[in-house]
Amino acid sequence: MNTPSVSLISPTGALGMGFPDETLERGIVLQPDFIACDAGSTDSGPFYLGASKPKLSRRAVLHDLRRLLRARQELGVPLVIGSCGTSGTDDGVNWVREMVLESAKEEGMFLKLGLIYSEQKPQKIAEAFKKDMVQSLPGAPSIDRESILKCSHIVAMMGHEPIVKALEEGCDVVLCGRASDTALFAAYPMMKGIAPGPVWHCGKTVECGAVCTTLPASGGVFAKIDDSGFSVEPLSEEAACTPMSLAAHTLYENADPNLFREPSGTLDTTNSSYHAINDRVTRVEGSVFHPERYTLKLEGSAFRGYQTVAIGGIRDPFIIRGVDAWRDGMMEHFKQRVQELTGFEVGREVNIEISFYGRDAVMGKIEPMQDQSAHELGILFTVTAPEQSVATDIARFVTHAGSHWSIPEWKGFISGIAFPFSPPEIERGPAYRFMLNHVLVPDSLFDPFRFSVEEVW
Amino acid sequence: MSGASKTNLGMLASLIRSKNAGPFWITFDLMFDTEADFLRAVKAGVPSKRWIAETYRIPEEEVLLVQLPQARAIKFSFPRPRIQGDPGESDMYSGQQYAPLLDLPVE
Repeated sequence: MNTPSVSLISPTGALGMGFPDETLERGIVLQPDFIACDAGSTDSGPFYLGASKPKLSRRAVLHDLRRLLRARQELGVPLVIGSCGTSGTDDGVNWVREMVLESAKEEGMFLKLGLIYSEQKPQKIAEAFKKDMVQSLPGAPSIDRESILKCSHIVAMMGHEPIVKALEEGCDVVLCGRASDTALFAAYPMMKGIAPGPVWHCGKTVECGAVCTTLPASGGVFAKIDDSGFSVEPLSEEAACTPMSLAAHTLYENADPNLFREPSGTLDTTNSSYHAINDRVTRVEGSVFHPERYTLKLEGSAFRGYQTVAIGGIRDPFIIRGVDAWRDGMMEHFKQRVQELTGFEVGREVNIEISFYGRDAVMGKIEPMQDQSAHELGILFTVTAPEQSVATDIARFVTHAGSHWSIPEWKGFISGIAFPFSPPEIERGPAYRFMLNHVLVPDSLFDPFRFSVEEVW
Repeated sequence: MSGASKTNLGMLASLIRSKNAGPFWITFDLMFDTEADFLRAVKAGVPSKRWIAETYRIPEEEVLLVQLPQARAIKFSFPRPRIQGDPGESDMYSGQQYAPLLDLPVE
């Protein structure tokens, strides 16, 4: 008797990061039951969600998307793409949808396209918060109604459930808003009734494409899942999936390497065993999934001001020797000047940061070697203000006054900062901050999501 | 036989890295090429929770420290002292916070 199994390819860790054509061709030969690919992350910081803008370029995403659509067409299997447009906002889903329409038209493809939107109205989340249906995760910042309403965008991270719904409706391509990376790979096998332990662990292993292989930048992987385990092999002939490379990948970007919370429960890999089937393929068994109360992780990002920055260098050994006093002195002056010129207060509406590269700019207060003197320091000014023009106006006098700030060792007017640019100020645009590390307890399985199905040709 | 003499983590490990684990946590991975190297670090008890707490100036009880024999890896994580991207951010990906580990002596 044949045990039921499901196979997949994960062509790359992020749609738009690219992969060699021949790896996808090899994947097609292996006849997977579906293709899934992640397209987003919070990894690059709060800007992408706050501004609802993608990290990777349209040309890069389109290049990968087109090849995946062709592969899907050739195989006649579903393609699932998650966290569209980096943050998975509605804009992100629409951005990728428009590229699917363009590609389908160019290639003469007919397909059923499912869209799953997971953006949440701040007003609705504030109401859920009031009803105690928004709960904090460990280390979460304290929130109130106001901080929720301040978010420019909020998304709920979907599990496999909404994706299964779209697949059951016969969608050939499913574009998801914010989704758990793992769920993109779990949806199809869960729909086919494969045991959840191997399904979720497989998803966790393959979500970053070839990162779980010996050659992390080699493209993608092929995996096969059944009720007792799963096996993974690389799509590149040069790479290998070894017990070590698969086990090591459960560490990457995860706080806990054994327990992984998903909307419907927790994957537990504590007792997972890894054994090589051959030089390139490894099988994993013993993973379990504990069902838990259904919750959805929320991500929210709020505007916190416009920034203007300036970069310079210091070479004078006297300035370097007394650099803290030098900085503190000019900072005092800046505070008064900001108040005088803008009416804003430094530390409230306006923020001025000065950091020294070559000393402790990377590790800050915890730098164990900050007493070791360098012969040259890089200086970075970061001004944050409610308006771009205000940030730049402040940066203009900060760079000027800072550069001529006197030190006791020299009598007379100095130019103490080497600026490489004219003007030295660089406008950085809006800055955001993450506001939520919380879960939503939704009214029902699909309540937070909006679905749309269309036929595209 | 890998060394009776003293070494340090930077020499012993095949990979030491730090990384965000979501916007609110930071995680560190230490990987070893051989079982012997891994066990040597484990036996020496480096890094210890106490050293981690002191070096990164966080409460010791917030440190999650795990050994993973199947990956020949030691891993520790703690809540990010500053939320990713908040004012004063210096390392958006938390990718350069592991340097102090390199000099840790291993018996």
